[in-house]
Amino acid sequence: MRNNRLAEVTLAGIGHSGYFPRGKSPDPDFRLILKALFAACEDAGISPKQLDGLSSYCGPPTDPRRVAAAIGMKELKFAGLQWASGGGGTSAAFANAAAAIIAGYCDCVAVIRSVKMDEGTRYGQFGGGYGGGGVETVSGYGFRGVDKAPYGVLSSASTLAFQAQMLVENKGIDPAVFSAVSRASYYHAQNNPDALMYGRPLDAATYDDARKIAEPYRLYDCCLENDGACAVILTRSDIAKDLKQKPVHMLSVGETMEFRADAGAFNWPDFCSAGFRALAPRLYEQAGVGPQDVDVVQIYENFIHGVAMTFAEFGLCTYEDMNEVLTFENLIAPSGKLPLNTSGGNLAEAYVLGMGHVLEGVRQLRGTSKNQVLGAEVCLVTAGPLTPMTGAMILGTGDVR
Amino acid sequence: MSDTYLPQVLPVPVPMDDGFDKPYLDGLTEGRLVIQRCASCGTWIWGPEHVCYHCLAWDPEWLEVEPRGRIYAWTRIHSPGFVALRPATPFICALVELPQAGGVRMIGNLLGDRSQKVTIGDEVVGEFERHEIKGHLYGLMHWRRTG
Repeated sequence: MRNNRLAEVTLAGIGHSGYFPRGKSPDPDFRLILKALFAACEDAGISPKQLDGLSSYCGPPTDPRRVAAAIGMKELKFAGLQWASGGGGTSAAFANAAAAIIAGYCDCVAVIRSVKMDEGTRYGQFGGGYGGGGVETVSGYGFRGVDKAPYGVLSSASTLAFQAQMLVENKGIDPAVFSAVSRASYYHAQNNPDALMYGRPLDAATYDDARKIAEPYRLYDCCLENDGACAVILTRSDIAKDLKQKPVHMLSVGETMEFRADAGAFNWPDFCSAGFRALAPRLYEQAGVGPQDVDVVQIYENFIHGVAMTFAEFGLCTYEDMNEVLTFENLIAPSGKLPLNTSGGNLAEAYVLGMGHVLEGVRQLRGTSKNQVLGAEVCLVTAGPLTPMTGAMILGTGDVR
Repeated sequence: MSDTYLPQVLPVPVPMDDGFDKPYLDGLTEGRLVIQRCASCGTWIWGPEHVCYHCLAWDPEWLEVEPRGRIYAWTRIHSPGFVALRPATPFICALVELPQAGGVRMIGNLLGDRSQKVTIGDEVVGEFERHEIKGHLYGLMHWRRTG
């Protein structure tokens, strides 16, 4: 196995802006980013002035030139942006930051991302239709393209429900699995005062009785719409050892897009793949661990069926035993065999395009989670699935192998 | 009662800026299903591409295919995320694969009873639906179960 130089990089600080229901943040995107950035720097024990790199994914509010100017960064030496849509780019933003540090371009990088929605920019609502004298038009074959929007496929839920329905019909997934995943997230959120669903527990009957969105999805199968920002500080390990926090390392990190996974009009060849089949063994090998070593998982879930597919493709269960393994009892901390999304995740904490999962992975390995898995040493964090390009990282406490 | 499956509150499909996919959209308007096949290696391609992803030959040709296939995946939409569509809910969308065209897939609405039982693998035939809104003519390709 090749030398794993990720040992040279440490995740030294985490922070967020506070999470708000959709449209309720008093701050614009940019202030949310700054608040998250300052919180992460304080957590690490550095001044924002010590940053010399910024890394993000999927979108403009994190324009590194603006951020660097605003905080008076002495020199911005690295400004990375990964292209993946939605939460598929999180891990790649960390990979890019780590690569820049290892290459010697810079010493201290913040990975940043915000999300803010108003009525015109909600992920779950289409704001179009006919106004004035003209007509609303669509072109192309992407989200809300000519192959989808004229047929009423306008939301992320409608777009991804096809795959979920196929998973249910062709792989025999029991709807109880989706219920267990959702309720575990809400269970964890009850111990996390930062979570938007704190104080709002979800029982099985409420899950079952919730309104249908797009079959097979019901309300609690879909992620939150909200406002907030997150930041994580990555720095050279020789710098991090003198900082405030217990070091957490990426044992492995990577991104992936399977063959033709971005083909238009729903024509990616393997419709029933989360896209992790090539990446998962690569990450395990680089990390020097296997599925049996994973203590806790933070799996991106814009919609619920992605969790089931990810468990299978990372070898944490199989489609054959999924209905027995993915139960509420197994998915909750600290007692479950494989605690999932221990801060509440996208369903019950906040949807910050997967950044919340990284923050919680770091907390688990520091031993500071509100739903701590005792002695957690290895945590899987995914970026995606349900985006054409995905990624993942395996975080660890100990020395990188 | 509208004579279209969904009320005419949805965006009008128009060709990409360079007119690249005009054969497909013009075909739907005229009641023909036209997609791409590589003239060099015969690979069927959908959505539209400038080169064949298999053999990398330029400019796949546009060919008419018979609109019949089987349901590859589907969903019944209850909350479409668009206020103007609410009166039409629930409605069904089918992702249909065309075995006679290399198994390429496309979405259409599944005509008929909106509470009908749908199963992956059900055989379907296409039905064209013409729309005219404020001088814009266009067509959609819907599907109906035959089994």
